[in-house]
Amino acid sequence: MKFKLEIWRQFETGEEGHFETFEVDGIDPEASFLEMLDQLNERLTGEKRRTVAFDSDCREGICGSCSLVIDDTPHGPRQVTSCQTYMRDFEDGSTIRVEPFRSTSFPVIRDLVTDRGALDRVIQAGGYTGATTGPQPEPNSMPVAPEVQERAMDAAICIGCGACVAACPNGSAMLFTGAKVTHLNLLPQGQPERANRAIAMVDQMDQEGFGGCTNFGECSRVCPQEISLDVIGMLNREYRRGRLGKRPKDPPAMRAQ
Amino acid sequence: MIPVADFWNSTVGKKTVVAVTGTILVGYLILHMVGNLNSLFGPGGAEPRVDWYSGWLREIAEPLFPYAGVLWLARVILLGSIVIHITGVLQLNSRNRAARPSRYPARRIGRSWESGTMLVSGLLVLAFIIFHILQFTTLSITVTPLEHGAVYFNLYNAFQEWYFVVIYLAALVLVGIHLRHGIWSLVQTLGLDSPARNRGIRYGATALTLVIVIGFALVPVLFWTGVLGAPETEAAIASLAGGTA
Repeated sequence: MKFKLEIWRQFETGEEGHFETFEVDGIDPEASFLEMLDQLNERLTGEKRRTVAFDSDCREGICGSCSLVIDDTPHGPRQVTSCQTYMRDFEDGSTIRVEPFRSTSFPVIRDLVTDRGALDRVIQAGGYTGATTGPQPEPNSMPVAPEVQERAMDAAICIGCGACVAACPNGSAMLFTGAKVTHLNLLPQGQPERANRAIAMVDQMDQEGFGGCTNFGECSRVCPQEISLDVIGMLNREYRRGRLGKRPKDPPAMRAQ
Repeated sequence: MIPVADFWNSTVGKKTVVAVTGTILVGYLILHMVGNLNSLFGPGGAEPRVDWYSGWLREIAEPLFPYAGVLWLARVILLGSIVIHITGVLQLNSRNRAARPSRYPARRIGRSWESGTMLVSGLLVLAFIIFHILQFTTLSITVTPLEHGAVYFNLYNAFQEWYFVVIYLAALVLVGIHLRHGIWSLVQTLGLDSPARNRGIRYGATALTLVIVIGFALVPVLFWTGVLGAPETEAAIASLAGGTA
């Protein structure tokens, strides 16, 4: 397959960037988007030109390193991470625009690589538990109802890629923060820090310069893990209860079958 | 630091305040709409029902409150809610703009157009509210004859003119656009949603919006189509015959 690529080039943070056009040929339809970029970079190395910098790590859709906006959509057209986007999903001979995830809180480091440390600092503010590690506890000593476990795990699958921020017209990180708060506040291990978790994480989110939620729902539509907008409702609820000094409602207890 | 200031300064807290004031305003809209339906009882001879209702609004809780006391209390609460609602929204909006490099990305991914035009629909509704108060509360827009206390008479005259009917219906469409996203959004912001309830909340928001818009629209439409007849009070007949305003 053959493509024309318009790729964002920016040598370092703060520098004015621009789009540069590259032609690639002989691309296997089964190649992933990142493998296609690898081929381009090999050619550029051969020509002694500066390669296109982009983030990648696991290349199997679970690490959250990819940060490409492909044709104006974070991660590309298929609602999966960029590494799981395949060239067969694009029309042969078409022009593809590639940009980094953008947000005032995600400065571009080089080309398609962004600094998403802001999300790490939101995690540091409250996305942890004080549960002791070590030998596994006896499972029946801490029963978790199946519905609670399902909701918590549906939120816990967030890989922290930041596509939600890149998609949001307000540059809001509410889906990310909501997923973390939902995950930890529903499970027994997260209870000791529960009252303060949402407050601490929202405060950090605001300090990092992320915008607020206006319930557009675009974050959820690009999320490769399909995190539901419900987690934002949960975050709002936990934040309000924490601020008003009310003890948050316990997750439903196990019932005898 | 004062907890209230902390709450107001966070994006989530400020949005919660916007949602609470929005709830107050939606609640008022429902009461206003139900009150308006009094005019559907027609001219009703000596005193139209809607005129009696307007008088009653001023006499609520007398002598505990002074004449029109409750009415003024409601007006103060509403004005406060509107001011806080708009201040919060404008502050959040400037923060949201700052959080994002300009003009990126071009493609919007499936948000409803109502949600994307909340600021515009809200500001247009504000302009309409000012016009509406000038017309029927302070009686300052005297294109058609207006008289104090003669609600039915005032409505009848105003809605004989097609342009007033158009203005009111257009404003109602804007209110509907604002409410369809607003009602659902406030439930989400207050965290009253749950995965099991969300579908119901979405449909409920649309249904409530329709009830409010249709309830309000009945009044101008029924006057315009002539279903609601001319006022029958002596003063009104004299006024219409003499052409005094």
